[in-house]
Amino acid sequence: MSDGTGKQAMIQLRGVNKMFGDFQALYDINLDVYQGERVVICGPSGSGKSTLIRCINRLEEHETGEIIVDGIRLDDDTRKIAEIRAEIGMVFQLFNLFPHLSVLDNCTLGPMKARGISRTEAQKLAMRYLEKVRIPEQAGKYPSQLSGGQQQRVAIARSLCMSPKIMLFDEPTSALDPEMIKEVLDVMIELAETGMTMICVTHEMGFAKTVADKMIFMDEGRIVEEATPAEFFTNPKNDRTKLFLSQILLH
Amino acid sequence: MVKQKSAKLTIGVLDVIVLTSVVALVGFIAYRVNFVLIYKWDWSVIPTYLFRWDEKTASLVPNLLIKGMIATIRVAIWAMLVSSILGVILGIARTSDRLLPRLVSWAYVEFIRNIPPVPFLFLFYFFISSQIMPILGIDEFVYSASPQKLAVAEFMFGPANLMTNFLSGMISLSMMSAAYIAEIVRSGIQVIPKGQREAGQTIGLSPFAIMRYIILPQAIQRVVPPLAGQFITLIKDSSLIALISVQELSFLAMEIAISEQRFFEVWIFTGFMYFTVCYSCAKAFGWLERRMGAHRY
Repeated sequence: MSDGTGKQAMIQLRGVNKMFGDFQALYDINLDVYQGERVVICGPSGSGKSTLIRCINRLEEHETGEIIVDGIRLDDDTRKIAEIRAEIGMVFQLFNLFPHLSVLDNCTLGPMKARGISRTEAQKLAMRYLEKVRIPEQAGKYPSQLSGGQQQRVAIARSLCMSPKIMLFDEPTSALDPEMIKEVLDVMIELAETGMTMICVTHEMGFAKTVADKMIFMDEGRIVEEATPAEFFTNPKNDRTKLFLSQILLH
Repeated sequence: MVKQKSAKLTIGVLDVIVLTSVVALVGFIAYRVNFVLIYKWDWSVIPTYLFRWDEKTASLVPNLLIKGMIATIRVAIWAMLVSSILGVILGIARTSDRLLPRLVSWAYVEFIRNIPPVPFLFLFYFFISSQIMPILGIDEFVYSASPQKLAVAEFMFGPANLMTNFLSGMISLSMMSAAYIAEIVRSGIQVIPKGQREAGQTIGLSPFAIMRYIILPQAIQRVVPPLAGQFITLIKDSSLIALISVQELSFLAMEIAISEQRFFEVWIFTGFMYFTVCYSCAKAFGWLERRMGAHRY
């Protein structure tokens, strides 16, 4: 697939359908994400945003259609799946840090056990990323000793330690107290500036306006609108998008 | 155990009634024993069976009761070790995504849990171990081993002439306990939030690495209290292997009680010895629990 300039799409979704039992979570999703592109997905809860990005690293298995990530087609070959997952970082709404490991060990586990890097190398790597997210001084603490914002920044550092080509964010600030949202968004903006390919599910419209190359609005399992932020915020085409934006921007 | 800092000692009406009843019951039993049974207490048999004077070495050596306690501790430690390994494997199998491991583990757990230990012990001893032990060559080993090797083996597995009995008893105890440990481990694994596994997957870990480094350490940490309970049950249940002539504490206590005709003293003291071992085990696990959870949740 090509966008006309000859650039190959990093992530391609073609006619993807996903069922949870009798409930269809995704309908015929088509999406291209190019290298370095920042995509923000929004929409009402239950619209399939999280399911969509969870299909990209196969935390959910799609029923029909095709998902190609970095030239590799996602299917039942588990060896390939581990390979693809190592290239895709993911940040969760509830952080999902490992509570029994220190901050540093949270970051070194992947590089050591999935990549076979030595402990000292992994620790150097981890400290570099902990400095990037501005909490190197917390390296020896356990997750439960940190604030929500700090935990989410550790989670970002943990993903970055795998040197991923793509980062997925699943409502990274939804579980945070308001005063902690900014510190996480700041880290995400810095990351976007490094040219990382990012897909973010978020309702932080300020963040979306700042970094997004492409806005996607989903409703009831379908991509309803796909536009540049300028178009999306000033001149949305779809009635559902208009309603959603009016509701979310009023607050 | 949580230390209560400012717990006040207040006694209510109900407390008085309960305490009075307990004291009255103990007094009544003591009265019956002394004046109705007309039982003459004689505790002097106990010390002679704890230690005896050995003429050859001219020193005090452990006698039957202490030997029995050592044998009980020996079989309990082995059984804890073996049943933990087996139990963890079965517990993991019960949470597998694949049907076969789940089915095998389920069948094992239900089979063991739903037959009493005594039939299982006899079945295992007379049918299964009589087939397995010759293959392992225990008897040949005992006959042909050098004195040093035999001494090591006796330290590990008890007297040479009863080594097959010891192993049969230890393995059947382990197999019984493993079923319960499997359930404890399964419950521990299942309460770990799904997000932990997903986080492991997103940093590219294999299913084995996720289990080994993320799920199991957290699961075990959470199930230390029920695991301690299971180990204490195992120590007490080890008295069952007296049925297949393993000379552990209950077996020897029975012999002493019969030969000396001092049932009350011997059994009360034996109960006290079991209590000491079990309570030490409980204390050790309490310490482990505090240490593991000290700085985490």
